[in-house]
Amino acid sequence: MSLANDTVRTRTAELLRGLLFRHEGILLGILAAALIVLALQSDRFLTVDNLLNQGRLMAEIGLVALPMTFIIITGGIDLSVGSIMGLCVIVVGYSWKNLGLPLEAAILVTLATGTAAGFINGWFITHVKVPPLIMTLATLALYRGLAEGISQARSVRGYPEWFFVFGQGDLLGVPTQLWILLVAIVVAWIVLARTTFGRALYAIGHNEVAARFSGLPVDGYKLAIYTFSGFMAGLAGFIFVSRVSTTRSDMGTGLELDVIAAVVLGGTSIFGGVGTIAGTTIGFVLIQLLKNGLALTGVKGDATIVVIGTVLILSILITNFVQARRAGER
Amino acid sequence: MATATQTVRAESFRLAGLRRLFGSQEAVLLGVILLLFVVVGGINPRFLAERNLESILLGNAYVAVAAIGMSMVIVSGNIDISVGSLIGVLATVSGSLAVAGAPIVVSWLVPIGISVLVMLVIGFMVAYLRIPSIVVTLGMLSILKGGLISATGGKWISNLPPGYNLAQNELLGVPLPIYFMVGLTAGAAVWMRYSAAGRAIYAVGGNAEAARLSGISRERTLMMVFAIHGVFVGIAAILFATQLSIIQSTVPPNLELSIITASVVGGVSILGGTGTVIGSTLAAVLIAAIGSSLIFVGISPYWLRAVQGTLILLTVLADLLRRRRRTARR
Repeated sequence: MSLANDTVRTRTAELLRGLLFRHEGILLGILAAALIVLALQSDRFLTVDNLLNQGRLMAEIGLVALPMTFIIITGGIDLSVGSIMGLCVIVVGYSWKNLGLPLEAAILVTLATGTAAGFINGWFITHVKVPPLIMTLATLALYRGLAEGISQARSVRGYPEWFFVFGQGDLLGVPTQLWILLVAIVVAWIVLARTTFGRALYAIGHNEVAARFSGLPVDGYKLAIYTFSGFMAGLAGFIFVSRVSTTRSDMGTGLELDVIAAVVLGGTSIFGGVGTIAGTTIGFVLIQLLKNGLALTGVKGDATIVVIGTVLILSILITNFVQARRAGER
Repeated sequence: MATATQTVRAESFRLAGLRRLFGSQEAVLLGVILLLFVVVGGINPRFLAERNLESILLGNAYVAVAAIGMSMVIVSGNIDISVGSLIGVLATVSGSLAVAGAPIVVSWLVPIGISVLVMLVIGFMVAYLRIPSIVVTLGMLSILKGGLISATGGKWISNLPPGYNLAQNELLGVPLPIYFMVGLTAGAAVWMRYSAAGRAIYAVGGNAEAARLSGISRERTLMMVFAIHGVFVGIAAILFATQLSIIQSTVPPNLELSIITASVVGGVSILGGTGTVIGSTLAAVLIAAIGSSLIFVGISPYWLRAVQGTLILLTVLADLLRRRRRTARR
């Protein structure tokens, strides 16, 4: 009787420790601590209005971080997302103002441009076997260059009122883009955790050769995720334009680093094979809340980047340390 | 008869040598540079004026010098994306010291020391704590960039003392930075090719396990690589800081990408284990020459990055095809 009780108790303890020592658990701890400290520092931080507004600012990084999680899980990387965003932003403005397309069509052309940009990355990576880091480094320059060349450094303004719904509007009291982000998170989570496709991404990241020999369509899947990444960067770009009401060719510069930081902070291993959508979500929420909370407590914008860099390194250090100790206990 | 065989053998030996010479990435780059000079010089002879050639080399010598260290880091199987931010910080430190009245030599040497220290910290985390270098340097990038801007507010440093501007000096009519570029490239190339420590970098980057079994310490080799990288980055920062009469205390935009691009286009494999610093220096010169040539051919400079991106892609593709053909021949 007591033996059975003990077993139950150890199992519960085991489960709790499992959660606690997982990277997501550690991150949740950091997130909770940050929330408490920041709320104590500024009474404007923990208000519904402020948090919803932060959701607005977070959406663009979040949308791009989801496909980036897929890509990094396969052991790849996509450095060109910021430039795809810049190119898409310019395509919205150029095809609407200079080519005279209706804005609805311009939006579709933009999403198609992002998708094509991602497809080109994926095609070269899978069919010509260019390493992802190099391919997307080249297109980082190329796509940004196209954006600069097409726009000739001219910005486009004067969009009609309805266009701002996506970036500045609300639906049931919640920012429009936050709804889009929520749907995207749920879909990405189901795809990654519950479908053959998602599980195959882990297999590719663990051992690509083995995945190939197991008959998985490795190239097709990789092509799909890079294309998806381009599409999401295009979507985020279009929402970005709608939020700030203007287009400039330097929009989205450095986005790739913010996105990769969020994904890695969320526990996705840069070596591939490990990572979750839940972790990535906690990652970009934590970064946005830190930025906002520190700004509200009077820390200047640039000093908050220092904190984010430190948190990034520390979180990986702590996880490595805890997991090494657990491995040692066994 | 015997002499005929010998002649044939000597002939085929010479052919193999020639093939190796012309088949190397360095030769391809040299060919492209010459072609560019012939074509652009044909369209606009002023491109070949001594003043222009000098300014192409002069303005980008520091990129080439930093790319030497970067190439070693990449050959060892790592990467450093914090290098642009570090150069920004070091240039500011150097300028501030000089303006504050420190002896000029001190204001040149202290930044190099700081650079080595920062790189040793990065190296320690990569080598001993086993955090992926892309994560460590991503965090370091945020810390350095945020720290610099919040400390200085991005203000300009002027009133530099006379004698401070090292990079503006000439020796025998040739600007000093060109000596640095050529001398450091040659020295590093010989060291990496012929010294045991230099070969150890290739061994660790090519196959860490095999290197360990041959008695090469992965940890010590990586610490050495990052320390040497620190010296090159420090020198690059001094060349950068002393080339103009003012120093803007911000991070030069996209500098890390220019440096990584020079290494990668120069033939350093991002997978580690192969590449030379002669290639990376030639690539830095080529990229600078392309930038300058656009102006002489009458193309809007806004297309610069698109042209650079296309070029990176073409170089990488040519390299991949060449390697594939070589493996097929075997």
